[in-house]
Amino acid sequence: MKSSGAVVLGVVLVAGCRLAAEPPSGSPPGGDVEERSITAVSYGGSYARACVKGYHEPFTAETGVRVHVADFMGGLAQVRAQVEAGAVHWDVVDLNVAETVNGCDEGVLELIDPAILPPGPNGELPEDDFLPEMNTECGVGTLLFSTIYAYNRDVLTGPPPTRLADFFDLERFPGRRGLRRSPEAILEMALMADGVPKERVYDVLSTPEGLERVFRKLDTIKDQVVWWDTSAQAPQLLADGEVVMTTAANGRIFNAQVLEKQPFVIVWDGQVLNRGQLAIVAGTPRLDDAIRFVRHAARAESMAGVGRYIAYSPARYSAEKLIDRHFETGTEMWPHMPTNPANMKNYLMTDWQWWADHGDEMLERFTAWLAR
Amino acid sequence: MTSQESPSVSQPPARPLWRRALGPRLRAAGLALPLVAFVTVTFLGPMLSLLTKSFYDPEVADALPETMAALRNWDGQGTPSDEAFAAVAREFVAARTERNLGRTANRVNRVASGMRSVIMGSSREMVEARAAAEAAGAATDGAFWRETMVAIDSRWAGPEPWRALEAAGQRFTARHYLKALDFERGPDGGYVRAAEVWRIYVPLFWRTFLVSLGVTLLCLVIGYPVAHMIANSPPKRANVLLLLVLLPFWTSLLVRTTSWIVLLQNQGIVNDFLVAIGLIGDDGRIAMIYNMTGTFVAMTHVLLPFLVLPLYSVMRAIPPAYMNAAVSLGATPFQALRRVYWPQTLPGVGAGCLLTFILAIGYYITPALVGGQSGQLISNMIAYHVQTSLNWGLAAALAALLLGGVTLLYVVYDRLVGIDRIGLG
Repeated sequence: MKSSGAVVLGVVLVAGCRLAAEPPSGSPPGGDVEERSITAVSYGGSYARACVKGYHEPFTAETGVRVHVADFMGGLAQVRAQVEAGAVHWDVVDLNVAETVNGCDEGVLELIDPAILPPGPNGELPEDDFLPEMNTECGVGTLLFSTIYAYNRDVLTGPPPTRLADFFDLERFPGRRGLRRSPEAILEMALMADGVPKERVYDVLSTPEGLERVFRKLDTIKDQVVWWDTSAQAPQLLADGEVVMTTAANGRIFNAQVLEKQPFVIVWDGQVLNRGQLAIVAGTPRLDDAIRFVRHAARAESMAGVGRYIAYSPARYSAEKLIDRHFETGTEMWPHMPTNPANMKNYLMTDWQWWADHGDEMLERFTAWLAR
Repeated sequence: MTSQESPSVSQPPARPLWRRALGPRLRAAGLALPLVAFVTVTFLGPMLSLLTKSFYDPEVADALPETMAALRNWDGQGTPSDEAFAAVAREFVAARTERNLGRTANRVNRVASGMRSVIMGSSREMVEARAAAEAAGAATDGAFWRETMVAIDSRWAGPEPWRALEAAGQRFTARHYLKALDFERGPDGGYVRAAEVWRIYVPLFWRTFLVSLGVTLLCLVIGYPVAHMIANSPPKRANVLLLLVLLPFWTSLLVRTTSWIVLLQNQGIVNDFLVAIGLIGDDGRIAMIYNMTGTFVAMTHVLLPFLVLPLYSVMRAIPPAYMNAAVSLGATPFQALRRVYWPQTLPGVGAGCLLTFILAIGYYITPALVGGQSGQLISNMIAYHVQTSLNWGLAAALAALLLGGVTLLYVVYDRLVGIDRIGLG
């Protein structure tokens, strides 16, 4: 009797320990001293694959430095934690401008000398060749991505939604909505859908009444929302019919369209453009290789490499000319790019300065709203 | 555990006796030493250090020592002295130049939401203002800074940013506990309930408590007959049945939780089946996951073995003859169950329920995966503050309250039922 009790207790304890043990994410690469390597962190899935094909592999071929890929969900939290703990095992991180500006202010990212930026393929000077506001003190611009919403034509068979406001219209388009569990882009979209002209979005957001208005608008769809965390979940939710429409990074929807032949449609009305940058984690012991890597990624060829796998617009004018067709399927890339004029009839460019100053407050307020 | 009472009234030859008595004890204790060291280093130490963060927060005080000294004489009304303006300007500009003001601003922002943009926005222009003043040869004293800062951001002319700085600069603070209980310091220094949009933690504690209670009761209702059946089966069949309980138990928690997604999602197996047999229409699929239902179902499944196993051990020790005797003495099967069998299983019920409840109250992976937003529990909030907002002080305060709650529950259980009444077989 006693022994069986002890066995049961033992099983319970062992299982308890196993429950408590969470698998660590983003663990450092093996301690191989001979082989030089760096760890580049981005959003995983089809975007990470585009980066690997587009410039990680050419970088390794050229320098012999291997690139380990780690996934995260965006944000500065892990970078802050690594720097504060003095245990930096990420080297290069894919962030948006507001995040690199904040990380720069906090000293958790390295300053990057603009002199390292390479000239374009025909000797174009970097200061003329990069799109405006692409580079900051700690960030080197690589691409423009867009938050859009998309629907599944097989699920939504009636008259199709065409405007941003349709996303919030549960009467004409009943069904669950997918939304990223983050205030970024959603706040702007909610205000624009509520009739605020895009020029005034950030002014309105800066007032307490404006914030009330945003969350009142979001309240109207709250009980129909399925929240997602990683970019790859958005096309998955759409494919599973779990939601009738979802916000997403435009490249993810593009990849599902061309690689998986999913009947997804992007609504470009009210798209929110943002700038993607690479930044280097402060105090990395592999600083030299990290700088070489960022310098390599800043080449027009590297940006075009990414742009031939996923529909994100390059950060340099000279790279735009190098992008034609999708590398694997031969699909024309430009009709799917967020900066194609046909897709930019009504767009908003993210105000990174506003987000740098208000991002933490918005996250706090958004989290409190979610929890209620 | 007590020792060494016996040789206290000592005669001269006591020493060898004392040694003889202590030797084996020390050796026995030595065997447990690795465990004690392990628990101290990996559990007690980190736990205490984290709990300390819930009331000790030196970051801002260390970053802005002169400002804190200058604010010490301020009465909290209007604006502080020119001296405080000069000190804050000196420290902001220096920290801004060294690129570590952002961290301080984040800390102050936790005390008063909005302070991050005030500090970062002002300091950017303050660096320029100082450079301009120095170039022009103008003095940068307190009066200069008062004028400049108010011109940059009019909020510096009011008491709010200064109160926030002062509060964030307290090394020992109750503010994390206040926030965890949805309270805040009012303008006059008293404690008031937080604005309604910020009241989230107390409702979450309640939800966690009720969900854990519900899951425990559900586990008991489902697990009791199962444990009874296993305990009263012939050994061979009992082994097979036990294996059926243990097999999911040995499967990864993540696998079991994601399996429920496959089963319960909108286009999942259960909904497909219900549509196929015509019980619901294709457009009337039931939302069984990414909400409270998902949390309930998956948590009950994951926690069921923790209730079945202790119950089973206790039930096996109950001779079937008791029930037979009760029935042969004229009791109906239900009476026999209620008055003879059930009381004897109570130690197992107590042990299983306590174990299940305590595990449930700390669950966060399962709710995070299948709970959607309405199925999130307080542990998800703790995880959020540890991993995302990096507000470890608040996370520690929430965890301390949770720990206190569980301890209280344990004590109440001990008083009411007696902890020695718990049996694992």
